[in-house]
Amino acid sequence: MTGTIFGLVGAALIGIGLFGMLVRRDALLRILSFNLLGGGVFLVFGAVARRGAGAGFGGDPVPQAIILTGIVVAFAATTLAVALVLRLAAAKDRA
Amino acid sequence: MIPALAADGLLAAGILALALGCVATRRAFASAALFIAYGLLLALAWARLDAPDVALTEASIGAGLSGVLLLGGVRRLEGLAEPSPDAETGPLLTILIGIGCAALTVAIGAAVLLLPDPTPSLAPQVAANLATTDLGNPVTAVLMSFRALDTLLESAVVLLAVVCVWALTPEGGWGGVAGLRQPVVRDGPLALLARVLPPLGIVIAIHILWVGADAPGGKFQAAAVLAAMWLMPWMAGLAPAPRIDARWLRLVLAAGPALFILIGLGGALAEGAFLAYPPGWAKPLILAIEIVLTASIAVALALLVMGPPEPPR
Repeated sequence: MTGTIFGLVGAALIGIGLFGMLVRRDALLRILSFNLLGGGVFLVFGAVARRGAGAGFGGDPVPQAIILTGIVVAFAATTLAVALVLRLAAAKDRA
Repeated sequence: MIPALAADGLLAAGILALALGCVATRRAFASAALFIAYGLLLALAWARLDAPDVALTEASIGAGLSGVLLLGGVRRLEGLAEPSPDAETGPLLTILIGIGCAALTVAIGAAVLLLPDPTPSLAPQVAANLATTDLGNPVTAVLMSFRALDTLLESAVVLLAVVCVWALTPEGGWGGVAGLRQPVVRDGPLALLARVLPPLGIVIAIHILWVGADAPGGKFQAAAVLAAMWLMPWMAGLAPAPRIDARWLRLVLAAGPALFILIGLGGALAEGAFLAYPPGWAKPLILAIEIVLTASIAVALALLVMGPPEPPR
């Protein structure tokens, strides 16, 4: 049950994040919305992991490890995106 | 059953409300603040999903470091150029986009509800092979042994991100001190916490790293805590950021991935497969990689939050 609830939350987060990315014009808010979307994808995958519980584990450890990897990679991409936005704003500021 | 269901429902409602708030708020600063709260609730959701390793990662990286990064970005943008000239999205287009996104949510929600039963799972295989790694934490076993190549590539991605962020250094700033120069904060909570927390945080990080072999925890969570313990005194103006052309910095950054690749090549020579560990050697080799990789990733995460050097004024 817990898995299904948070799987549905993940589906809603994907919609909310995509909406923010398309509607908001502020670059930082778009990056933030992209992170909401990513969190939703991870949560749907986490629901699948939870349903795969077995062999004494509370969830399938393989998707859990992949989600963990995904969170770190998403953070690295976010830092690069924020750095690009700041550099762009600084270039406009000087012009 | 009922209290657990109510807790899940409240948590789900809180996560959705904060996510909607992030997207709907006018001010970027409020959005970033809501995003941190959202990340913390999401960490609780991961704990409810019996994924404590993911919960620790989400709390430290998803909420903590991302929050600092976004708040810092908002503050720096406020001091720069006027907002982007793009026009706001019109009402009709907003409604159409809303309908499209809602349809996507319904489709993915239906997919979640229609998942096959029983769900395919690799849990039995992990349980059957856990003993070969001498580890007690199945997630660490997946990260460091069964899917070690993913983890190696991930550490390379983090390193690549540092290189890309540094590549955005403005003219004249190359080789300088990473990030904005932080004024010294003499009073307030930051000045106090930046002095009190690091000794505790460093001990906690080493504990998280060490227990990660057998209990929830591991190098990424430990590295995120260590990075935070460096960033806090940095933001308070107490600890200087490093020069990005410092040799020790580059050695520490490269050491983790390099050791990982070397041990992987050793496995290719000894066992005939890249990243294969010789029987009986799995745990010591994994611990060696984890310890060195923690240092590399901690420095990389801190540098990613600090950003590229600023040009001299």
